[in-house]
Amino acid sequence: MPSSFEVTIRPRTGWQPVDIKEIFRYRELLGFLVWRDIKIRYRQTLLGGLWAVLQPLIAMLILTVIFNRLAGVKSDGPPYPLFAFAGLAPWTFFSTAVSQSSNSLVSNQALISKVYFPRVFIPLGAIGALLLDLSLSLGLLVLLMFYYRWPISAKVLWLPVFIVAAVLATSGVGLTFSAFNVSFRDVKYAVPFLMQMGIFVTPVIYPIHYIPGHWRMLMGLNPMTGVVLGFRYSLLGSAAPWPIMGLSLTVSLAIFAVGLLIFRRMERKFADII
Amino acid sequence: MLQHESFPGRSLRKILSGRWASPLAPSGDRYNSSAQTPEHFWALKDVSFEVARGDVVGIIGRNGAGKSTLLKIVSRITEPTEGCVVLRARMASLLEVGTGFHPELTGRENIFLNGAILGMSKAEIASNFDEIVAFAELERFLDTPVKHYSSGMYVRLAFAVAAHLNSEVLVVDEVLAVGDLAFQKKCLGKMNALSRVGRTVLFVSHNMAAVENLCRRGIVLDGGKLVFEGTSKNAVRHYLDRIFGAHDCTRHVIDLKAASDRRSPLLRQLEFYTNGNQPLVEGLQIGSRFKVRVHFELPHLTSNFNVGLGFNNAYGQRAFTAASQFTPNRSPVAVAGSQVLTCDIPSLTLTPGEYTVCVWLEIENAEADLANDAASILIIESDYYGTGKVPWNGTFVLKHHWYLEQPVRAS
Repeated sequence: MPSSFEVTIRPRTGWQPVDIKEIFRYRELLGFLVWRDIKIRYRQTLLGGLWAVLQPLIAMLILTVIFNRLAGVKSDGPPYPLFAFAGLAPWTFFSTAVSQSSNSLVSNQALISKVYFPRVFIPLGAIGALLLDLSLSLGLLVLLMFYYRWPISAKVLWLPVFIVAAVLATSGVGLTFSAFNVSFRDVKYAVPFLMQMGIFVTPVIYPIHYIPGHWRMLMGLNPMTGVVLGFRYSLLGSAAPWPIMGLSLTVSLAIFAVGLLIFRRMERKFADII
Repeated sequence: MLQHESFPGRSLRKILSGRWASPLAPSGDRYNSSAQTPEHFWALKDVSFEVARGDVVGIIGRNGAGKSTLLKIVSRITEPTEGCVVLRARMASLLEVGTGFHPELTGRENIFLNGAILGMSKAEIASNFDEIVAFAELERFLDTPVKHYSSGMYVRLAFAVAAHLNSEVLVVDEVLAVGDLAFQKKCLGKMNALSRVGRTVLFVSHNMAAVENLCRRGIVLDGGKLVFEGTSKNAVRHYLDRIFGAHDCTRHVIDLKAASDRRSPLLRQLEFYTNGNQPLVEGLQIGSRFKVRVHFELPHLTSNFNVGLGFNNAYGQRAFTAASQFTPNRSPVAVAGSQVLTCDIPSLTLTPGEYTVCVWLEIENAEADLANDAASILIIESDYYGTGKVPWNGTFVLKHHWYLEQPVRAS
């Protein structure tokens, strides 16, 4: 039976748009790649999925002891552990997802050089798998809120917006880094360092009003500022400086769009140089 | 279905000058090197062909001819530098066995993962699941992580998934080269079934017999260029001629002294004769008499010497060996110097084709001289059975009879 299917393979030059039809056609594969990453993350480990929450939990404990008790950093309302955890949950998602997705293309080189499917699926799969970890952390956060008897308000309805913002920011950075990592393996070494420093330029450890007035807008250039502040706003009801968050969210969107375009432009040579 | 036009693909072997020029442009390698001049290498150039629905095309050529690059371009893994490919049906590529297998996942999980990577939908995999497991013969080990599988099990599982691909076009790259003989036979059987169902297949292989049996059309690539397109049989012959060089089958006296690489050229000459002691100057009809006179030299007095003739078919497989040890009636007299041993084959019933002849001399059970590929004989298609039909396929033509038995009626 004749099929109306037709694909022409031609050399491409310049910037490429995202092929939505193709992504839709291969959508099941994205699910499988996410499922694969989830399955293998904790296979043959003792603690399994517990690691998803242990990382932000232990970080929260250390931050509370060092920064809150010893150094005297105060939160802007909620008990410090809650304050810190609400920031750590999205930040851990971001830093782990960026680290994993940056190297995802290189570690999947066998797939890239032998099978065709939209290459964006590889870094996106790594990021998608970590959304599970994020939801586990959020679950733990809810438990902590019960423990501290901190009320949940209607503002929590904003949470999905900030989760989407987190995914956009992470994807944008992850796609860009993974694409560059194929040609310049420096990226793999730079990322852990960037993530370590990044936590200090995001209001995770300290509330944003610690930054003096004129510098505060500068924090808005960090895509994760808006996400962290947004998580605190929706979950804990903290004050939300909307101009800064607005700027940060716009930056997230821009990074996502640019990251996607950069990835699409560089992807045609992946199989050759990986 | 598929249509290529003027189709080079490029692999940059050396570094482009200007390392920092346009870092976003996805071109080539940027290693740390002081190479100044770019060196370009066309993996494929001006390759154009069409594949119609239901064609089974074999792509053959030497290593480095560009076969894998061609498949990669058709599979959308590498982008062509110039030209285009038009695909008019869904395609699945098997460039490697077990693509996407993850060692930590179980066999069951890998079946789904691998199937999805190859392009099957979850529903398809689920409905074929039992058949896949049966084909791979791995029912007992489905829930063990694949890292514990032997390499044979691994390959069986991988091929089992691939064998159930349901795309209209299938592109296969030498994946049948792995696995033991039983497995290879199974894979070939499955591929045969696929081609009979009317699937379009592009098959790259070094197994000439497989290419000739499975494919109807053949394409030969050499140095990135398409040098032959035709039936698979002719393509294989063209390819083998290129490799081994065509032999002249019209001389009945072959001088062996000139053959290189022999420590002691004791074999001197071969003479070929056919029916009625006529010198053989053209093709031999099937079943004709074939006489070979082998001239050789014995360096010292001995009665323990033997001469052998090997007839190799076009694939390099030995079809028949004629050795003087096999026949009785040799005088035990010790001789030395120039001798002639004659081998008389009353009826040479090999199938039509070109056969290379190799000859060797053994003195006192040790090999004294060997001439591989010494000569060629051509067995031509002839009406051996006298029925107007020329025998085909196979190594030998043997006398046989068919009988129709009376059918037993069930009442």
